[in-house]
Amino acid sequence: MRSSLKTVLLVAAAFSIACLQSCKPKGTQSAVSGDAAAKVYVAPGKYDEFYNFVSGGFSGQMSVYGIPSGRLFRVIPVFSVDPEKGYGFSEETKAMLNTSHGFVPWDDLHHIALSETNGIQDGRWVFGNGNNTPRIARVDLKTFRTAEIIEIPNSGGNHSSPFITENSEYVVAGTRFSVPMDNSNGDVPINTYKNNFKGTVSFISVDQTTGHMNIAFQILMPGVNFDLARAGKGKSHGWMFFSCYNSERANTLLEVNASQKDKDFIIAVNWKKAEEYIKAGKGRKESVKYAHNTYDEKTHSASSVIEEEVTVLDSKELADMVYLMPCPKSPHGCDTDPTGEYIVGSGKLAAIIPVFSFTKMQQAIANKTFDGEYEGIPVLKYDAVLHGEVQKPGLGPLHTEFDDKGFAYTSFFVSSEIVKWNVKTLEVVDRVPTYYAIGHLSVPGGPTRKPWGKYVIAYNKMTKDRYLPTGPELAQSAQLYSIEGDKMKLLLDFPTIGEPHYAEAIPADLLMKNSQKIFKIEENKNPFAALGDNNARVERKGNEVHVYMTSIRSHFTPDNIEGVKMGDIVYFHVTNLEQDWDVPHGFAVKGANNAELLIMPGETQTLAWKPERVGVFPMYCTDFCSALHQEMQGYIRVSPAGSNVPISFGTGKTDSTAVAAK
Amino acid sequence: MKKLFRFFPLTALVLIFSACNSNTESVTATETKDAAIKNGGQEAVQDDVSQKDVVKIAVGSKDHTTLVAALKQAEYVDDLSNAGPFTVFAPTNDAFNKLPAGTVEGLMKDDKKADLQNILEYHVAVGVYKTENMKEGQKINMANLNDITLSVKDGRVVVNGTANVVASIPAANGIIHVVDAVLLPPAKN
Repeated sequence: MRSSLKTVLLVAAAFSIACLQSCKPKGTQSAVSGDAAAKVYVAPGKYDEFYNFVSGGFSGQMSVYGIPSGRLFRVIPVFSVDPEKGYGFSEETKAMLNTSHGFVPWDDLHHIALSETNGIQDGRWVFGNGNNTPRIARVDLKTFRTAEIIEIPNSGGNHSSPFITENSEYVVAGTRFSVPMDNSNGDVPINTYKNNFKGTVSFISVDQTTGHMNIAFQILMPGVNFDLARAGKGKSHGWMFFSCYNSERANTLLEVNASQKDKDFIIAVNWKKAEEYIKAGKGRKESVKYAHNTYDEKTHSASSVIEEEVTVLDSKELADMVYLMPCPKSPHGCDTDPTGEYIVGSGKLAAIIPVFSFTKMQQAIANKTFDGEYEGIPVLKYDAVLHGEVQKPGLGPLHTEFDDKGFAYTSFFVSSEIVKWNVKTLEVVDRVPTYYAIGHLSVPGGPTRKPWGKYVIAYNKMTKDRYLPTGPELAQSAQLYSIEGDKMKLLLDFPTIGEPHYAEAIPADLLMKNSQKIFKIEENKNPFAALGDNNARVERKGNEVHVYMTSIRSHFTPDNIEGVKMGDIVYFHVTNLEQDWDVPHGFAVKGANNAELLIMPGETQTLAWKPERVGVFPMYCTDFCSALHQEMQGYIRVSPAGSNVPISFGTGKTDSTAVAAK
Repeated sequence: MKKLFRFFPLTALVLIFSACNSNTESVTATETKDAAIKNGGQEAVQDDVSQKDVVKIAVGSKDHTTLVAALKQAEYVDDLSNAGPFTVFAPTNDAFNKLPAGTVEGLMKDDKKADLQNILEYHVAVGVYKTENMKEGQKINMANLNDITLSVKDGRVVVNGTANVVASIPAANGIIHVVDAVLLPPAKN
């Protein structure tokens, strides 16, 4: 009691010091205006205004924050195993991480794409890319869980992905690394790059009812590096714009050798034309191998299929499908404005931002205003397609998002700032520093036809003076700015999971009403489900022991298990019988070499456990489920190989026949 | 103890704000309290798919309107919407009517809240006690720390020799045993 009072006084003292300091701002603190705290304060019991889906970078996951509070709600496991949720460890989820290279338990998730209808966020799904072992994942926004992962063949480094078209017809995947194609002999000298290495962009169709992805076609491209992409919208619907660098086609020391030319390209792909070619049978079937993994919410299980064919369209051979727009200095971001008229290229090394006009591009194509060809693809004349250049905006433009008032917001890595400019007049109207080295940025609805505006969020790479030091690596960070007035105002710093790259924000009311609360137990089709305590049992099949276990506040059935022998493998199939929102049960057993299970209400998940010594091993519920959570436990007995202890099990029997033989 | 915890954040806020400006203290305390309860608490969350908890089942029963009114008066609705698990012996309206005239009305007065809470707590145990696991002479320690005693005859359960369990209803966060008499805790020493 006395020490508690002391704590209160200490906290109060600390706060009063903080208050005093805020009266005399200095350094970067001066960037924060006086009412910032009120603007990000979401009172206890109140909801945030937006969900912010943030890529987790090298964590491989996706995280969900509230805006404006910056509170972390959830980390969604996508490409990396997550022992906390059993993802990639439970028998049911392992198949999600299957690839043509086998089980790959990690990836690097860079970009987010929320599904759209008519160019407006619709809250059905969010897609993410796996950079390292090329993949695209679809997360279902009813469950906030990864529902599907598709591997991308003929690709190395799926960076230019998973940008989405305005009716979610396609998500795309442009390869960062050009590579020898999968069905060619890959055993070639690396310095034969120019002859043997190709690029591809893939169009992955999305079933509008189920969300299921399918590689509709790939377009074979010159051997450059694809960086980012954005779909046309409105008048430019039917086109996809990819930025690329390394038009030099260097294969070593790219930091020098890929920066030789003044201009690389924005690659404009007419995907409606590509669809026509596919219909006309112009696609070439190529044999490849890629995994396609889906999670079924009825069986609560993932399955993985290896697909063996992809249809390829060759950009060299098929006219009117691909055009190149010269873009200065290794373009990175490639963003289309809400009207679909303007395409903003951001050369990482440039001191201007070129803004291209879709209308002019169409005219240039019609008039064949070409500046020769690159690898058989027409190059449009820079001046003929240019709307204009934003002059001296800053150093190192990377990405651009848009608001609902005709302004663009471009991030500048080198000069560490966000610059606001008028899309039509190209005038810079405001700039704010970011702390430090901003990469991506996000305006709610910023990449769509209908930006919601209100905030811009910066995702930064460095935070040296922003957070308490935590050893060699510091917190990754986001910064929230108000864009409601003429001037941007810094409101809040908040740390993020992994390294944040791209992120999108969506109004909370578009999602929260769809959020799933439970899985109905009567719809549980997991073949190992025990639907009710009466169905709980233990069965031996050779050296496999299957425990069909149920969990409900506050016990497991069975909770005493005997008859397991050395050399057995035990499968705990745990069904959570709860039908109540926010009541998962966990399951852990001593010595497990994998992880825990975290089982949602109505769901069944399985943990494989191979005993490595004789004895009695505790098992327990890991998720604090109830007042008697600590009582939710049991034992499993392991006897030597060849022992004659019979399989037996039970719960709640307290006499000497504690465990009913069966 | 619980009350002490509730008091701490307010104290801290008051101290903090008085450090900056003593005029803001009362406003801040009120605002914080309002904000915390503004959305009606977890029992007010719209949820048509989850199994009903013990409170929702009682609210949905036309035979338990007195009990529900008493739970509200005693401010136990939110607690019983919690994870539990709870075993609730739920007297019917008829059971309450069997009490001497004026008893219920008396207990519903604000100055009798502690008595009402004591009686209601005597109807709630933490844990799931199913009738099939109940044994003759078994004692269960209830939330007010007094015991009830069960008798089991031909599979029928009677509490404290007076209240018959007439039905049992599983709930999301426990189980309700409907009883035909109100359980009266032993007089306090």
